[in-house]
Amino acid sequence: MHYKSRADKWFNAFNYLLLSIVCLCMIFPLLYIFSVSFSTMQDFVQKDIILWPSKWDLGAYRYIFSTETFGRAMLVSACLTVVITCVNLLMTSTMAFATTFRFTGSKLILRMIVFTLLFSPGLIPSYLMVRNLGLINSYWSLILPGMISTFNLIVIRQFFQGLPKEIFEAANIDGANELQIFRKIALPLSKPALAAFALFYAVDAWNAYFNVILYMNDTTKWTIQVVLRQIVIVAPPDNNLLSSLLREPPPAQTVQMAAVLIATLPILIIYPFLQKHFAKGVMLGSVKG
Amino acid sequence: MTGSKPYEESSYVPRTWRSKLWRERYIFLLLLPGLIYFLVFKIIPVFGNIIAFQEFNPFKGIWASDWVGLDNFKRIFEDTEVLKVLRNTLYISFTQIVFVFPAPIFLAIMLNEVANSKVKRIIQSVVYLPHFFSWVVIISIATIFLKPEGIINQILESLGYNWVSFMTNPHMFVPIVIIELIWKETGWSTIIFLAALASLNNELLEAAIVDGAGRWKRIWSIILPSISGTIVILLILRLGSVLDSGFEQIFLMLNPFNKEIGNVLDTFVYEKGIKQSDFSFSTAVGLFKGVVGLVLVLGANKIAKRFGHDGLF
Repeated sequence: MHYKSRADKWFNAFNYLLLSIVCLCMIFPLLYIFSVSFSTMQDFVQKDIILWPSKWDLGAYRYIFSTETFGRAMLVSACLTVVITCVNLLMTSTMAFATTFRFTGSKLILRMIVFTLLFSPGLIPSYLMVRNLGLINSYWSLILPGMISTFNLIVIRQFFQGLPKEIFEAANIDGANELQIFRKIALPLSKPALAAFALFYAVDAWNAYFNVILYMNDTTKWTIQVVLRQIVIVAPPDNNLLSSLLREPPPAQTVQMAAVLIATLPILIIYPFLQKHFAKGVMLGSVKG
Repeated sequence: MTGSKPYEESSYVPRTWRSKLWRERYIFLLLLPGLIYFLVFKIIPVFGNIIAFQEFNPFKGIWASDWVGLDNFKRIFEDTEVLKVLRNTLYISFTQIVFVFPAPIFLAIMLNEVANSKVKRIIQSVVYLPHFFSWVVIISIATIFLKPEGIINQILESLGYNWVSFMTNPHMFVPIVIIELIWKETGWSTIIFLAALASLNNELLEAAIVDGAGRWKRIWSIILPSISGTIVILLILRLGSVLDSGFEQIFLMLNPFNKEIGNVLDTFVYEKGIKQSDFSFSTAVGLFKGVVGLVLVLGANKIAKRFGHDGLF
């Protein structure tokens, strides 16, 4: 199809221009926020649009890391992300593996899974369940209610089903039970697929916002997303959070932008890895749905 | 720990249910945590919806609360606020379908026309990226850009226009929701269309080239029709969830100034239920939304199947 007419060239030029504009629209907000967060107040006031800091200034970041609120929120978010990713992956993969077998009641359990795909409990009943379990203000309320995504469960299950059965049977004849088969054979074989879901779970955990608002009244237990919302979207820049610990305040604008960047940084760091894997995950998912 | 040998034994051991369960004990061990999770957080709460038929009192609990029949549901249709919220939901959702839905189709087709696979991959990595940002981050960016002293207003002023207070202007609410959504999800949504385009019939394209069809002509007459099936099924399924307008995004964008326009069913349920502890009524609203949504999704799925597609289930 290397047939190049003049019209073709025009089309390509138009297409590249268009796609460049699209890419620019995706990149520009990030670049702008990155540059301003590293800029001095002087530059920010004087220049119309900052595309690259002329003088690097770490004031906003120094300030952010000196506040108790922000540091704690980052730590909470980081720990929660690690714990949630591990727990979710373990819960999802064990259940996905177990349901690949036929056993007493396996049909019933598969039906139950489909049922939960169709009927979600709704906000209030879920909230009341968490409350009745006494999990309000406990980190468990952020971990337990979301341990298994039904969709991920189904996709991982399909992946396990796709593994060659003969290996399992051979292991079984050699005296391995299902637990051992899972740990020694199924898990190692599905590392790439599980890595994809680990990354998806991790992104979700880091980005989690609403369940924190829902279950955490205690502001000292807030995660980074909630703190970010507080200092950018909700509160005016001169709120307590910004001014209390402040001796020499950096401009609120640069602090806000630094906060956005920090809350995005883990995503930007894992994105290259994510990209390699999500193609796999999406392909697995597209088998059905 | 040595395992039993079910495959060998099964041929001669009598299959009583006890021995069968014993043979399956390791499967159940693997299954148990997940099963408990499903029961506690996904199944039992579904039945918790019966408080929609009660005057639920948290101190009395579900068993002792008074039954009120369909009173809470009657309230839904008498409450002018619910009707307004329903209208908001439908308005935002349909606007999303009109403006957000076509964007990835267009982008996917243009991406597909990029011959250089390296360039194509770079563009893809860039446009997928915003999908992984949290709504808080995206709305924070929007807030920073759109606030009175923000960059957009600076540009407006330098062009001689008056500045606009975007985030508090109710007329700007829906456009901003749409633009944020397009920014976040357009790239990611191209994946499915690109997959559909990958299975394009090359002979047809080459025949068209021989016949002298230009690029636009080819896009219009061959490429677009070849993914129309995917487009139709996705559109039907999107219409099936027309009562979902994106909870977290709208929740984060709401403020006292745009509440009239921006309050949707989900945020209404949160406000009434969690903030004001009106559990039964808000559960009824949630259940109403859920049931209508389920009927729509199942209906949409059926229609999609009738179009000769797999559907979702």
